[in-house]
Amino acid sequence: MDIASFLQYIATGTAYTIGVTLIALPTGLLLGTLLALLNVYSGRAVKWLTSFYSTAMRGIPPIVLLFILYFIVSGGINLSPFWAGSISLGIVSSAYQMEIVRGAILSVSGGQMMAARAVGMSKNQAIRNVILPQTLRLAIPPWSNEAAIVIKDSSLVYALGVPEILRRAQLISASTQQPFLAYAAAAAIYFVLVFITNRFLDRLERRLRIPANP
Amino acid sequence: MAKPILMIKNLSKKYGENVVFHDISLTVNEGDTIVIIGPSGTGKSTLLRCINLLTYADEGQIWLDDLEITAKNCDEDRVRQHIGMVFQNFLLFNHLTALDNVMLGLTKVRRMKPDAAREKAMYELNRVGLVDRAGHYPGQLSGGQQQRVAIARALAMDPRIMLFDEPTSALDPELIGEVLEVMRKLALEGMTMLVVTHEMGFAREVADRIVFLEKGSIVEEGSPNDLFYHPKNERTREFLWKITELYGKKEEGE
Amino acid sequence: MNWLQLFQRYLPDFIKGAGVTIELTVVGLVIGFFLGLVLALARSYGPGWLKAIAVGYIELFRGTPLLVQLFIIYYGLPSLGLTLSQMLSAYLALGLNSAAYQAEYFRGSLQAIGSSQMTAGRAIGLSRWKTIWYVILPQALRLMIPAWSNEPISLLKTTAVVFLIAVQDLMAKAKRAAAETYDPIGSYLAVAVVYLVMVFILNWGLKYLERKTVIPGFEMESKKA
Repeated sequence: MDIASFLQYIATGTAYTIGVTLIALPTGLLLGTLLALLNVYSGRAVKWLTSFYSTAMRGIPPIVLLFILYFIVSGGINLSPFWAGSISLGIVSSAYQMEIVRGAILSVSGGQMMAARAVGMSKNQAIRNVILPQTLRLAIPPWSNEAAIVIKDSSLVYALGVPEILRRAQLISASTQQPFLAYAAAAAIYFVLVFITNRFLDRLERRLRIPANP
Repeated sequence: MAKPILMIKNLSKKYGENVVFHDISLTVNEGDTIVIIGPSGTGKSTLLRCINLLTYADEGQIWLDDLEITAKNCDEDRVRQHIGMVFQNFLLFNHLTALDNVMLGLTKVRRMKPDAAREKAMYELNRVGLVDRAGHYPGQLSGGQQQRVAIARALAMDPRIMLFDEPTSALDPELIGEVLEVMRKLALEGMTMLVVTHEMGFAREVADRIVFLEKGSIVEEGSPNDLFYHPKNERTREFLWKITELYGKKEEGE
Repeated sequence: MNWLQLFQRYLPDFIKGAGVTIELTVVGLVIGFFLGLVLALARSYGPGWLKAIAVGYIELFRGTPLLVQLFIIYYGLPSLGLTLSQMLSAYLALGLNSAAYQAEYFRGSLQAIGSSQMTAGRAIGLSRWKTIWYVILPQALRLMIPAWSNEPISLLKTTAVVFLIAVQDLMAKAKRAAAETYDPIGSYLAVAVVYLVMVFILNWGLKYLERKTVIPGFEMESKKA
């Protein structure tokens, strides 16, 4: 294998890893935000159900959940391992993201909801225009942590046969007989991805921070 | 005779066994400023929240103009649009500038075009003297300024009546004056207002009628002159004596 | 065969696997505790170069997947002349990984205690390291418990990837059950329940520990405020 095709091989693997993350994270955010809103703003039964979802999902190892969800998702609809794995990983992440968003909602004071209702907004309008804009800002730092976790957990879809970085490192290690170098290279790529993501979200958080006097 | 804007009839509210207020009846006529006074924890704030349907009374009825807002099929969001509410702790939307705070209800609730909403919002900010702070976020404003923005936010909806829930209680003493000044101006302009406050100077000067509420019931109601100088009830006399001891020192110097 | 039958049939197997999972968790936690303590002390009180090493270690292990670390140790180290068994590789990967996280818990509580205790220790004539040992550490360890109590559960869950190097833990048993019964969903669901039970018991135990060791008024929040 020459250098050019080797690099291309790695780049494609990296693209798969980024792809898995870019599908899983928004899936988890959407689902997590929805669950958090249901948990905070709906009746007792829904509250209990969503809390149960959160506790159970967060009590099971991600890889076990990933396997269960993968077989459910890929059994239900005919999806490639890449898509089924990414969506499953997103569902795994949803419980963690639900807790992040829920914490942020609860730290936005209850008065904000009351003030919005007092102006004549409906509950949904208040959530959309007043609660969520503040919540999502507050959620960025913990969410940055979760983003890093999802990038790292994307390595789990290796076990489903998705040709992402780790799987490619394994194949390279077999063909080159250089396992240490191959896996170390994979580690370096993960590290850089996590690093860039954290820096990016740091800057986003600073950009979106609500101005206040010290 | 002036037209009643707000009519409360036999309103009662309990939290479990705890009676918050009982059998309250009150009428607010157009252009009136009614001040509710009374010791802390006597249900004054809860009464205002019931009027704004932020919480519900257990018994009794409330009419806004000719509409019974305590009726089952009443559109609450619509009612709240017509009732302005100013809270003790301002409750500005933290993520929005002063201008956007005032505009949000106009664009989202009244569905005004952004340009028209901005013009209206600037007009209201001008009314409370804060045009130059339009681009500031709540965190960049003093408490007094925040409360004035909150008043502008409520005014922007062109409410039939403004409710003030201890609007100066959370303010540093030197910032109370600017808020009371805005309220005084509103009263002179003929705004209908229902004010819960401990500011006796404001009550004496601006109120058309003062209502003394204690332990969830109206003890006495009358003109400032009657209540301050000829209270009929011993409890009214006691409360006013106490409150002037506590708050009134500076007023005697005025 | 319905799900309950599957569960019953494989329960002895699962229990054996759970034993391995617990072993992995305990060993990883202990290695991580001591190495994490050393890293945190190096980062907080060491000279510049040592600080840099500690920071580099922590960032590297927190910034890469455990699975990759595991593969480097199990498949990669032999090419450098160090061959470890599957079990030893798993112990090492979990311990080295957990150390990076535990170091951050230590550092958090060391920071919360702040420099005034160091000043106080030095003022009565203790050396720098004696102050750390006798004054700062006893407080830091106590202060750390609430935040740290996340780590055992988190580690228990991360152990589930070691079946990918053929360690016979709980997840490996599920994989075997899935292959034998052709019911992957049922099999993995069954071990999910076992994991949940372990996590709940562990969580209950840690909450108990937290309550037992609380010193009124001596908490992270009040320290920070």
